[in-house]
Amino acid sequence: MTDENLTTDPARPAQRMRAGSLSLTFTPWIVGGILLVLMPFIFTSNSALTIMNQMWITVIFALAYNMLLGQGGMLSFGHAVYAGVGGFACMHIMNASDFFSSLPLPVLPVFGGLFGMGLALIVGSFSTRNAGTVFAMISLGVGELIAACSVIIVAFFGGEEGISGDRTYAMPFFGNEFLQQIDVYYLTSFWVLLSAALMYLWSRTPVGRMANAVRDNPERAEFLGYSARWVRFYSFVASGFFAGVAGGLFAINYEILTEENLNTTSSGVILLVTFLGGVGFFFGPIIGAVAFTLLQTVLSLQTELWAFYAGTLFVATVMFFPGGLAGLMMMHVPAFRLGKANHLIVPYIKTLIPGFIGILGLCALVEMTFHFRHAATGDNEMTLFWTTFDSHTILPWIIAIAVTAIGLGIARATAPALKEAWNEANTAGGAA
Amino acid sequence: MKKITKLGAVSALSLIVGATAAFAENVKIAFIDPLSGPFASTGTNGLHQYEFAADYMVNQNGGVLDGQMFEIVPFDNKISPKESLIQLQVAIDQGIRYIAQGNSSGVANALTEAIDKHNRRNPDSRVLFLNYAAVDPALTNDKCNFWHFRFDANADIKMDALTDVMAKDEDLKKVYIIGQDYSFGKAVAAAAVDMLGKKRPDVEIVGNELHPIGKVKDFTPYSRKIVASGADAVITGNWGADMLGLGKSVIENGFEGPIYTYYAAGSGITAAFGESGKDRIRLISQGGINPIATEEARAAYEAFEAKYPEGNIDQSRIFNVIGMLEKAIEQAGTANDVVAVAKELEGMEYDSMWGGKIFMRPQDHQAIQDMHVAVHTDQNIDFDYDQSGFGILTESTVEMASMDSPTTCDMKRP
Amino acid sequence: MELILVNIIDGLVTGLLLFMLSAGLTLIFSMMGVLNFAHASFYMLGAYFAYQISIALGFWMGLLIAPLIVGVLGAGVERYGLRRVHQYGHVPELIFTFGLALLIEELVQFIWGKNQMPYSVPEILNFTAFSIAGNSIPAYKIFMIFTSVAIFIGLLYILTKTRVGMIIQAALSYPRTVEALGHNVPLIFMGVFGVGTALAGVAGVIAGPVLGTFPGMAFVLGSIVFVTIVIGGLGSLWGALVASLLIGWITTFAKSYNIQMSDILNGIGISTPENLSENVFRDLWTVTSPQIADILPYILMVLILIFRPAGLFGKRHS
Repeated sequence: MTDENLTTDPARPAQRMRAGSLSLTFTPWIVGGILLVLMPFIFTSNSALTIMNQMWITVIFALAYNMLLGQGGMLSFGHAVYAGVGGFACMHIMNASDFFSSLPLPVLPVFGGLFGMGLALIVGSFSTRNAGTVFAMISLGVGELIAACSVIIVAFFGGEEGISGDRTYAMPFFGNEFLQQIDVYYLTSFWVLLSAALMYLWSRTPVGRMANAVRDNPERAEFLGYSARWVRFYSFVASGFFAGVAGGLFAINYEILTEENLNTTSSGVILLVTFLGGVGFFFGPIIGAVAFTLLQTVLSLQTELWAFYAGTLFVATVMFFPGGLAGLMMMHVPAFRLGKANHLIVPYIKTLIPGFIGILGLCALVEMTFHFRHAATGDNEMTLFWTTFDSHTILPWIIAIAVTAIGLGIARATAPALKEAWNEANTAGGAA
Repeated sequence: MKKITKLGAVSALSLIVGATAAFAENVKIAFIDPLSGPFASTGTNGLHQYEFAADYMVNQNGGVLDGQMFEIVPFDNKISPKESLIQLQVAIDQGIRYIAQGNSSGVANALTEAIDKHNRRNPDSRVLFLNYAAVDPALTNDKCNFWHFRFDANADIKMDALTDVMAKDEDLKKVYIIGQDYSFGKAVAAAAVDMLGKKRPDVEIVGNELHPIGKVKDFTPYSRKIVASGADAVITGNWGADMLGLGKSVIENGFEGPIYTYYAAGSGITAAFGESGKDRIRLISQGGINPIATEEARAAYEAFEAKYPEGNIDQSRIFNVIGMLEKAIEQAGTANDVVAVAKELEGMEYDSMWGGKIFMRPQDHQAIQDMHVAVHTDQNIDFDYDQSGFGILTESTVEMASMDSPTTCDMKRP
Repeated sequence: MELILVNIIDGLVTGLLLFMLSAGLTLIFSMMGVLNFAHASFYMLGAYFAYQISIALGFWMGLLIAPLIVGVLGAGVERYGLRRVHQYGHVPELIFTFGLALLIEELVQFIWGKNQMPYSVPEILNFTAFSIAGNSIPAYKIFMIFTSVAIFIGLLYILTKTRVGMIIQAALSYPRTVEALGHNVPLIFMGVFGVGTALAGVAGVIAGPVLGTFPGMAFVLGSIVFVTIVIGGLGSLWGALVASLLIGWITTFAKSYNIQMSDILNGIGISTPENLSENVFRDLWTVTSPQIADILPYILMVLILIFRPAGLFGKRHS
């Protein structure tokens, strides 16, 4: 296996990440900041705040992960440990009451970052010598080791039940003790904006640019006089820092850290999140984090089969849209540039709405099969899409099958027209 | 681009808000346990028992107070402390005041602390924690709080009862203790060493070790050590796949004595042991099923079997949770003031349909009840588990186990 | 002394089982350059299919049919999934198999539910073959040893002595040349993928009754298979064999003997601190070998990757 083998396909993201091709100005940041401030006025409930906190934490973590995967071409299977160790360190600081009571809470994530970075320094010193499979497997091994240590080294990791603390013992920050979710929300929002901006700036620095070069062609980068190894090392350490910040925010938000913050499942999830959002764009992981958090917390309230849908969505994304959700959005940029995006609206409506209905019909079939097989005897009633019916009679099945068949049928029939419109919209010239 | 992202979030979050709006005059109990993932079978079975108990014991009799129904609202915590805390928040936002959880002491630790903090910070929306199965002794000792009630016996009480029975076995000379490497496994081991040492100083503990939880693929090497040590009996707190793996391997590899354990029934484990575990596996639990204690319980079990032919009542204490909560709400005259309900629960004496009395000890909120040591067999089994013909038959009973056991709990009442 | 012999046999069983999984994985890797994360999921499918078949037709038909179904499924995944993703590069391929692993686990739960299946050893093999000092060796373990050794010999014979094997080996190294010679390389790839997954299926069929048939069985085994082939050297069949046996024996012996860290530290002249319960490193002192048995392979892998990135028997250097 050679280095190129495990780097992301050079043909695609390289061009999209190319310097300046996304000339992001200040506007998106200001808009983002305003939105962050306004969100709690739209969603006032504590649970919405909790979910949003979880989202922003995942955003930071996914962006940090993408510094490796998308920008550096390094596939890590154990990145949760940097966030976890950062979080555990913050938890210990919270429990060191003398020191903690003289520390304003918003500063705490910095310590998480420093500890995450410290661990990344140690691990990176040997793991970044190679990219590709060697790096991936070392990350897997180190991840498993540290996760296993969490149960063995009880003094630091607290064993299976983890360690917990109380954020309110921090020094009041302008009189605020962070008793309520809303206070924590603004703290998290501040950090998500700051970290995203810093990570974006990082990707514009020479090191950040060189990470792209090393990802795409390490040999050429070496010929230009850059050490591929050191470039990888710097990316890795920076990524460890921001992962640690995410861990610190986790500590503040949940006031508990457990083995779960370190294990391979968490590492796998962040890989899914990042890839789902799209590794080729800076904002990809943000979309991925938001979408996945919603899937995990909101969809799982609605159906037991959420993981099944999430898995299907994920496999479908990899198979059909390897650029992720962000890639899907950015596919439309050329059409907008050509001023032909409006030509796509009607074909989209014709294909996607029936397709969407067809997929919902399919989901209904899946849910009904599941209910039919696994529900209690005598419990024939089920509720789906706000209608309650008997899953043991034939009628709902006919309806669901019909909806699925018609929906997907129309989508299939109109797909060629959509394809044509797509080609048309992406071709320069002609009637505009 | 961020805008689009946020818009997506807006529409999705409005779903939650919508869910909050749905409101009825029901007493809602949030069931926060794993409903997906590796421990889903235990969680799902528990949920069925809760739903059945609420319907059978309360709703069919016209509900509590002036006709309020018990409603079990399931939340999938994926056995993750983080997810549990999120779901707790969602549950509280939906106006739920009672939280039931049981699987994993790790999750219970996280929940009890979070609930304590929440109740302190938000006196308007206080909640009670009905712990029906997490048995880490710390929950009613160092980590106890006013909002937490444990309806199962804790690991120490169970070991106390188990060793009472073991101590009567004159032939017992050597014991091997093995468990999962976490707080509960360690608590079991410590209690076993301590109590056996007091009750039978002549019994030698020939092995005491921990193995990684949920990670052991093959227990053969451990079984070899157990056989080689010449142990007459094995004590383990293992549960789930770890219990099954250890038990099967120990029996297969030539161990002849009994295996004393906490969780070796139901959720497919009874069926998987089948003939091989007959008369070998002994477990400690509350609420004996065979022979069944009362006609009321027999009727309840039969109704449950009719509804869930593949299910088991392997946690009959769930019925006690529902029954005691109902009684407390009736006595308090309200379901919304959880402090009043909690005060009624404290010190409550309740006659369980599964036999015996249950006393909710006020100083640490630990339920004191009869403990039974039962054997895995297919003889005299009225109600089998997993439709396997095998079930657990009560052999001996310790009445009101550990009634006077000490506690380090320093309860702060509101 | 007897215990050592018993442990050698137990370690052999564990190692050979691991080998059946890693053999297929390493073949697939040397062919497509992709680590198949879903490999252990095919192992799980093998166990579930065999259980389902054994209810109707008995264990032996399960052993025969289940791997075939798994192999066909595997070939289908290659044909309609991986081949499509292949054009995007290796990371998406790897991530595809990662997602597939999740999906298969969910599917298994969807169909069979979440409980452990009562899939058990066939009656004819359910006896004690012999005992060594009170430790019984079940006949089924002997059967497992013979099956895996037979598979290894068969695989080695096909790969090195038959015409098909020669073409496969050639296609692994020089796919374009082989294609130019008129062989259908995509078909060969599909075939190898199918055979590799079928091998995992066989492992599932024979391991299901002893290690349990439940939805988490793939996850439990998942990453250790990678560790095996990385230690052995990616793409090397002999490497996979040696590494599997090595891991089998290391973990078995580490679990069978209670070696305490404090004994080792005392042995090299560091004395136990007096206030152990207060000491920061208290957990290090009380570590025993069974506690860390399962992470020893990971430590070994990290060390090997640092000092010999190609693995024990690997030829290719990344």
